[in-house]
Amino acid sequence: MSDLNTMTAAESAATKAAVMDQLPSSEIEGQSPLHHADLLSLATQGPSTGGIHFREHKLLGHLTLRCNAENADQLAAVERVLGVGLPIQPLTSNESGDYSIRWLSPDEWLILVPGLEAFEIETKFRDEMPGHYSLVNSSGGSTVLELSGENVVELLQKATPIDLHLKAFPVGKVVSTLFAKSTTTMRRTGEQRFELVVRRSFSDYIWLWIQDASLEYGLVIEA
Amino acid sequence: MLHIYCPHCAEYRVETEFHAAGQAHIARPLDPEACSDQEWGEYLFFRKNPRGLHHELWVHAAGCRKFFNMTRDTQSYEIKEVYKVGEKPSVVDSPAQQKAMSMETVSEETVSGENMSGAQS
Ligand SMILES: [Zn+2]
Repeated sequence: MSDLNTMTAAESAATKAAVMDQLPSSEIEGQSPLHHADLLSLATQGPSTGGIHFREHKLLGHLTLRCNAENADQLAAVERVLGVGLPIQPLTSNESGDYSIRWLSPDEWLILVPGLEAFEIETKFRDEMPGHYSLVNSSGGSTVLELSGENVVELLQKATPIDLHLKAFPVGKVVSTLFAKSTTTMRRTGEQRFELVVRRSFSDYIWLWIQDASLEYGLVIEA
Repeated sequence: MLHIYCPHCAEYRVETEFHAAGQAHIARPLDPEACSDQEWGEYLFFRKNPRGLHHELWVHAAGCRKFFNMTRDTQSYEIKEVYKVGEKPSVVDSPAQQKAMSMETVSEETVSGENMSGAQS
């Protein structure tokens, strides 16, 4: 892939894209896609032992970056902004503190940051990134669900055709795949811990699916 | 269920993650305005339907969402190779088979056409 557009950082800053802070003002409460499920009450009143633990990492900043993996200037700019480089190898992820980057395709990455930092980071990208690229704040479009516990692999095996053995799916690996007739971007964060990025419109369906599929193991809600 | 290797994800995935997107290597005419109705119609609507080797376009719809090409035997369903868009297939019909295929096309065309000499040459 070649860069048609070889603007310097200063030149791209001059033709700046409109960046909008998507967070509602302080009078309006931000609501995650699983707001209606009232996970907080379930966490305090529900069972505290079980084979599956569930948590929503709500209201994170989701930034979709498309750029050229062979452009060293762009890779360096990402590292300047986030303090961590893009994972170039297919199906890998990088993480540093609160920031994580998932490989989605050879020229596309999903960057997760704390929700309150999304605007600032997006603005920094506009200042730092040279050349032809696209950065979209898609925070409202999806949410992150974390599944863990001793039966988590068995639960996921009911939902996805992916081989979840540690040899085939080591910690840090990322796959975009089918998940219980929906789709997800799944990342292994521990031997028995996975993070699913799911579409907002499918999150209620997946929440219901997880409750049903975890009946035999016991479901513990964390909040 | 086919087990398909995605050249972008660099691993095998199940068929349900993919969609077939038809014949590969269809070049858009460089100057559409200069095409005859027949040339344009053939570009838009007419596709090969071989029994045997076929070069197809596929998309990893539920995965990386990238397109790639596949050489597949439509009779045995065997996948001979996958390769990225812009690359050339390494598995192709032998020249004799290609000739036989093109002879077939010519004779089919001439059934309704006027020039029978094309089919015999
Ligand atoms: Zn793929």
